[in-house]
Amino acid sequence: MTNHWIDIKNADSILIIGSNAAEHHPVSFKWVLRAKDAGATVMHVDPKFSRTSARSDFHVPIRSGTDIAFMGGMINYVLQNEKYFKDYVVDYTNAPYIVSEGFEFKDGLFSGYDPKSRTYDQSTWTFDLDSKGIPKKDTSLKHPRCVFNLLKNHFSRYSLDNVSSVTGVSKDNLNKVYSDFASTGTAGRAGTIMYALGWTQHTVGVQNIRSAGILQLLLGNIGVAGGGINALRGEPNVQGSTDHTLLYHIIPGYMAMPRADWQTYADYNKANTPVSKDPHSANWWQHKPKYFTSLLKGWYGDNATADNGYCYGLLPKIEKGADHSYMFLFDRMYQDKITGGFIIGLNPMNSVPNSNKIRKALDNLDWLVTQELHHSETTDNWQRPGVDPKKIKTEVFLLPSAHRVEKEGTVTNSGRWLGWHDKAIEPDAEARSFGAAFVPVVNKVRELYKKEGGTLPEAVTLLNWPKEYDTEYWTRLINGQFTKDTVVKCKKYKKGQQVPSFTALGDDGSTMSLNWLYAGSYTEEGGNKAKRRDPKQTEMQANIGLYPNWAWCWPVNRRILYNRASVNADGKPFNPKKAVIKWNGKKWEGDVPDGGWKPLSSENGKHPFIMSKHGHGQIFGPGRKDGPIPEHYEPVETPIDSHPFSKQLSSPVYKFVDSDMDKLAKPADPKFPIVLTTYSLTEHWCGGGETRNVPNLLEAEPQLYVEMSPELAEEKGIKNGDGVIVESIRGKVEAIAMVTVRMRPLKVEGKIVHLVGMPFCFGWTTPGTGDSTNRLTPSVGDPNTTIPEFKASCVNIRKADKLTEIAM
Amino acid sequence: MSYTRRGFLKLTSAGVACLSLSQLGFDLTEAQAYATSLKTKGAKEVITICPFCSVSCHIIAHVRDGKLISTEGDPDFPINEGALCAKGAALLSMSRNEHRVKKPLYRAPYSDKWEEKDWDWVLNKIARNVKDTRDKELIVKNDKGETVNRLESMFLLGTSHASNEECALIHQAMRGLGVVHMDHQARI
Repeated sequence: MTNHWIDIKNADSILIIGSNAAEHHPVSFKWVLRAKDAGATVMHVDPKFSRTSARSDFHVPIRSGTDIAFMGGMINYVLQNEKYFKDYVVDYTNAPYIVSEGFEFKDGLFSGYDPKSRTYDQSTWTFDLDSKGIPKKDTSLKHPRCVFNLLKNHFSRYSLDNVSSVTGVSKDNLNKVYSDFASTGTAGRAGTIMYALGWTQHTVGVQNIRSAGILQLLLGNIGVAGGGINALRGEPNVQGSTDHTLLYHIIPGYMAMPRADWQTYADYNKANTPVSKDPHSANWWQHKPKYFTSLLKGWYGDNATADNGYCYGLLPKIEKGADHSYMFLFDRMYQDKITGGFIIGLNPMNSVPNSNKIRKALDNLDWLVTQELHHSETTDNWQRPGVDPKKIKTEVFLLPSAHRVEKEGTVTNSGRWLGWHDKAIEPDAEARSFGAAFVPVVNKVRELYKKEGGTLPEAVTLLNWPKEYDTEYWTRLINGQFTKDTVVKCKKYKKGQQVPSFTALGDDGSTMSLNWLYAGSYTEEGGNKAKRRDPKQTEMQANIGLYPNWAWCWPVNRRILYNRASVNADGKPFNPKKAVIKWNGKKWEGDVPDGGWKPLSSENGKHPFIMSKHGHGQIFGPGRKDGPIPEHYEPVETPIDSHPFSKQLSSPVYKFVDSDMDKLAKPADPKFPIVLTTYSLTEHWCGGGETRNVPNLLEAEPQLYVEMSPELAEEKGIKNGDGVIVESIRGKVEAIAMVTVRMRPLKVEGKIVHLVGMPFCFGWTTPGTGDSTNRLTPSVGDPNTTIPEFKASCVNIRKADKLTEIAM
Repeated sequence: MSYTRRGFLKLTSAGVACLSLSQLGFDLTEAQAYATSLKTKGAKEVITICPFCSVSCHIIAHVRDGKLISTEGDPDFPINEGALCAKGAALLSMSRNEHRVKKPLYRAPYSDKWEEKDWDWVLNKIARNVKDTRDKELIVKNDKGETVNRLESMFLLGTSHASNEECALIHQAMRGLGVVHMDHQARI
């Protein structure tokens, strides 16, 4: 989230799209309702009517997978009707930048497309620079190649007729949403966009979110109270686990994973440190070498020195463009190229697409280590229905895991608040925390290397690694420490003391920090700030619900990101009634500003978007793999075979794997005419491995169902409560029919398209509840993130003669 | 006169037919207050955080004699203000649960059953697997002769259930071993 949960109350217009917040983040919804009580409009755009819709001013049914068309229509509406916040757009975004002449968009493709490799050469997605190397601007927004006019031209195709025809949303509903949300394009009003997995789990997931970024920049809604783009992160600590990076493509603190073509520490820094020639651009990532060096010092301690490139040479390096995410891992496993590994606190046999293939792939492992609270479809895959365990070679370990109440540590919520939880009770029976299992495993491997030698032992033996797991040792190291006596701002710090902030981190080996974003969370001066429970706030902070002394928030306790965009060049709030920060002539008041510099109009002032190289919000965003501006493409499996925006039906660069089990239905396949979307439930968690084992939760939501409209049910001869078979080209799933007006047939490109929705939390280890819904979904993913397209695939449905997976 | 809460309720419900509470000699107000406070009386309050969605609702865990006896939303936490959803409210039954895995379990190749093992045994065996796989399959150089130190054949999946501290140490360990196939709930 750019903002935080409580801040939602400050919004005047709330667009919930790609999220069912009331059911999946139930407690957050009190802040939506506070805004509503204060007069805000709440709108829910979603294929299904849910409890979120019930508490909104209105629900707008939409065909799953058409959000860019919907948002593009709104961008077009804002531009055509001049609803944008002009000063903000001109001063704080890259709308006035001149795009290079080589850039082109034609027939649904951006310039540089190579159909063979299905990738873009992005070298034309650039800006014209002046003699100093600063992007040229036309602040009158008249230049035909300025970003503003390219955008206007691009989205001019997104007329109400075209958008309505593709999305299935009535023009009336489009106008209602567009006019209300566009009303926030003024200084005195703010609109927020709340999204979740309903937006990310598409082959155009990143561009869905880019469309929100563009819209919010046009309306001046970024950096302000009640504004922002608010990702409702789904999982218990998924913000923290992303920050600390249990992911292949980055290392902690959002730095790139080392690559084969960056052989040395110097190569890495050169390739990853942006340079700006604009004295008014903070270009914050210019400090990256300090954060990277401190991370390497954290990993290899005293063994990391300037002479050995801080042990950079020992790290694994991926190939440029290589993908090591789930989809590709399981495909390699299916091809028998993977030997063994760890699956902890995760149930991929239920929660990764194309479960039939994934389950078969796991059989190819020599060894597998799992750590869970309960048995799951993953831990017990070797004895799943229809499989003879005597034919499965895998050696499987199941380690008992400690529950949240049985361990202490920090977690980071969606609003980036760092919270400390204490250990309430000792772990049950022989359960251990993940830390108490992994620290000794690594020590045992280190001992073996010291005793026996082996391949590249030093990468393991030189690690800075403790003898036992002690949570707070790691909390301290995440913040970072001085590795030698140092003076910062006239204050002396001794070797081993905590660094006060990331501004104290150095690229000379003088500091170590496991995550620069968290520097400042555990200091000599303030202790472990995740433990803070002080409601103290100034009047200005209280006015917008800021709690600067409660817990801590990354970065540097800044509660609203890009907050310098909430004030004008003199530091005066655009909306004084809900000011986030203000310059009082001597210093900033309110939230922690995005950098302590004086206002933009002063000599050393900085542009507000400090994380982008040139300092401006990126309406034209050249970093993405599928284009600098969003464009509507159909989901890979789609009920239609053409759309009015271009001849390019689906994303030209979506990712996929190719095996005998990875079949895809062809566009508008009459065998699979119904759109399937999948979702979570309030009572169950993700693949359900944990919550199905809690009797009161299982009683509330006991078995797999499929929601369908009465119209579809009638067409198929299905009654409410019937057992049915839902079938895709990849597999079939048993479910109970829930016939409900919550699902609406939609008119799309002149024909009626039906949608069905299913939860995915049930599995065979809880007998009679049903089994993985993801046996239906395809292994296709977003080109930037490889997040799979769970939210839109094509199926058919029929009444079942008998059920074997579900107890009736 | 002393009663357990349960005994008190039995007595009063039995007495409804024939006796009024005042005839039993109670001051009703005090008795009710006693009854409602009893469950968590003398328990230590520990702050924990709901292990589900990313709102991070704070929860007060009441612990007595090392046992979790009650959980409730933390009314002071400014975000949830004491409220919890169905999952958060089920925290107690989640931690006290007959389905929990109690001991390390091992399933040998081609076996049809789990066997209970002790921690040291499984950790030694896991460490041996890790080292043998790494020694045999670490790719030190790629086709171009560049140093890559990749252990592509071993992977780590999970988990957003881990604390920040656990994520940080698992990431460090995996990169030290050369693991590149690393992923978790953030991508699904």
